[in-house]
Amino acid sequence: MQPTLTVAAEDGRPVAPAAPPAEAALVLRGLTVSYGESAAVFSVDATFPAGAMSAIVGPNGAGKSTLLKAALGVVPRVSGEVTVFGTPLASARDRIAYVPQRASVDWDFPTRVRDVVEMGLYREAGLFGRLSGARARRVAQCLDRVGMADFADRQIGQLSGGQQQRVFLARALAQEAELYLLDEPFAGVDAATERAIVEVLAALRSEGRSIVAVHHDLATVRDYFDHVLLLNVRRVAEGPVATAFTAETLEAAYGGRLSTSHVGEILPAGGRA
Amino acid sequence: MSPFLDALLLSAGYNAALVTVGAALLGIAAGATGTFLFLAKRALVSDAVAHATLPGVGLAFIAMVAMGGDGRSLPGLLAGSAASAWAGLLAIEWITRRTRLKEDAAIGAVLGVFFGLGVVLLTVVQTMGAGRQAGLEEFLLGATAGMLFADGVTIAAGGALALAAAWALRRPMTLVAFDRDYAAARGYDVRRVDLAMMALVMGVTVIGLKLVGLILIVALLIVPPVAARFWTERAGGVVWIAGAIGGASGYIGAAASAAAPDLPTGPIIVLVAAGIFALSLLFAPARGVAAAGARHRRFQRRVHRRQGLLALAHGDAIREPYTLRLLTREGLIRPDGVPTAAGRAQAAKVARDERRWAVARELFRDADLAGRHAGLTPIETIFTADEIAEIDRRLGGPAPAGGA
Repeated sequence: MQPTLTVAAEDGRPVAPAAPPAEAALVLRGLTVSYGESAAVFSVDATFPAGAMSAIVGPNGAGKSTLLKAALGVVPRVSGEVTVFGTPLASARDRIAYVPQRASVDWDFPTRVRDVVEMGLYREAGLFGRLSGARARRVAQCLDRVGMADFADRQIGQLSGGQQQRVFLARALAQEAELYLLDEPFAGVDAATERAIVEVLAALRSEGRSIVAVHHDLATVRDYFDHVLLLNVRRVAEGPVATAFTAETLEAAYGGRLSTSHVGEILPAGGRA
Repeated sequence: MSPFLDALLLSAGYNAALVTVGAALLGIAAGATGTFLFLAKRALVSDAVAHATLPGVGLAFIAMVAMGGDGRSLPGLLAGSAASAWAGLLAIEWITRRTRLKEDAAIGAVLGVFFGLGVVLLTVVQTMGAGRQAGLEEFLLGATAGMLFADGVTIAAGGALALAAAWALRRPMTLVAFDRDYAAARGYDVRRVDLAMMALVMGVTVIGLKLVGLILIVALLIVPPVAARFWTERAGGVVWIAGAIGGASGYIGAAASAAAPDLPTGPIIVLVAAGIFALSLLFAPARGVAAAGARHRRFQRRVHRRQGLLALAHGDAIREPYTLRLLTREGLIRPDGVPTAAGRAQAAKVARDERRWAVARELFRDADLAGRHAGLTPIETIFTADEIAEIDRRLGGPAPAGGA
């Protein structure tokens, strides 16, 4: 059978859904999302490698969070396709853990830290499966991994911003997924939490798991990530941090919004010609 | 025995007992299912659903009469009300999804249009020969006088069904209410979960029409969870407590209205629920107004006490009248402001802890530590004895720790 052709590329040229390389954790082809008439994300191709930490970077309003949500099927896409470990999104749901932005939920919701982490197991436990016993121990381990074991019985509104972020991360850990998609995990958290989260993510990577994070702090991209997608509605650049995260690509993504001295701080090792 | 006590003990006659038990069952079902609506912050949808039942009642009556029936069959009327409530729900959902209107606007539009249509249809029914004694207007505020055993069975069975469905769907409904995007990312069909929740609410509304009426059923759905929220920090806890509050309101309210023949049942039930809400708001242990006030006063006292003792330690004058009163009452200063022996000892301890905290912040450099315990917590409760010894060693050195 002929492979179906989908109009995907930015110039409208049809692109065959070629088999993605086996090592890709998440492949986006021609992903377009719009709110009303204007595109929030337009025809983005990206290949996030497996077993690596990848960043999605770009200015405010570049569509970073929208891209992540579209990749997860949380917001509908106008066109494009999403492939997770070589299979369509629908059959790979249980291999993906999502960490939404902290501000996206009501923290006065009647739920304790332990209950939020338990939510990571709802899918696996089904409507009636027990959450006690082995699953409760897993919840406790995940809380311990993010340093929140002592807070298990607190109502979530009593936590600091960093602690709330850790709880969300623990919920994702409880899923024991292979691909972790995080939306601004370091936004508004304290330095200790940032260190703790980086450690957990690095440990996941060393277990061979894949991480894709929307990231806002250009100064830490080189320290934390292996791979980067620079986004400003369209794809600006993508690849290993060493080659894709340069003064030229930053200039292209941010326009005049970054000063030369700022770029110099971000790229200390002669990135600026 | 008083008539109220008789009614509470279900010995005030067959009809009164039937109504009391039915109202309790309805209250349990309404409180438990209403909780999910409350958690999803969509309480007002239930108001639109309730008002949207009215055209269905009228249409069902007309249809049944047209088919040669009596028109007053309760199952038939309830089926009609369910159908039009479902149409109202879908209309709200469609407007919210397909246009830029927000849900509150959609609720307002649907509620008004359906209720208006319902009133017109009831007027039409009045002009029909069979319609004059139909008593359809009882669906507005509920009526219990002519309640039959079969009606009680309908309420019991419907309520049990709604409870069972709510229990089965508690995980998806809680997850969608708390974190919609995460639920969608996990593969839950959030739209279908929403509709399932609405169907539950609709079911409870329909079985409550006869007893409480469509105007007040919303109160029975929403007031119990709102009151229950004051008593627990867990979603599951809210469900149970709301069910209990709803059940108690139904039971007590129906008994009270049976005791005095002219009291309307539905409104009394709602007033009882409102009374429980008011008590919860004021006196719940952690979230109640009284507890919050007491917490605030305790905190204020600690701040003033510490500031006063620090002033004593530095030999400054205390000007704040509240601080003076506080320290005098505790016997730490004499009425003329001079510290007592106990006051001097306490002041020295607070001043020493202040220096220890400064060192501790240097030593541990933990953002959480510095922010949370700005000197108000006794240092012994935060650090172990050997840690305090280490802090004191640094304090005792010839040069302050700042240089290293």
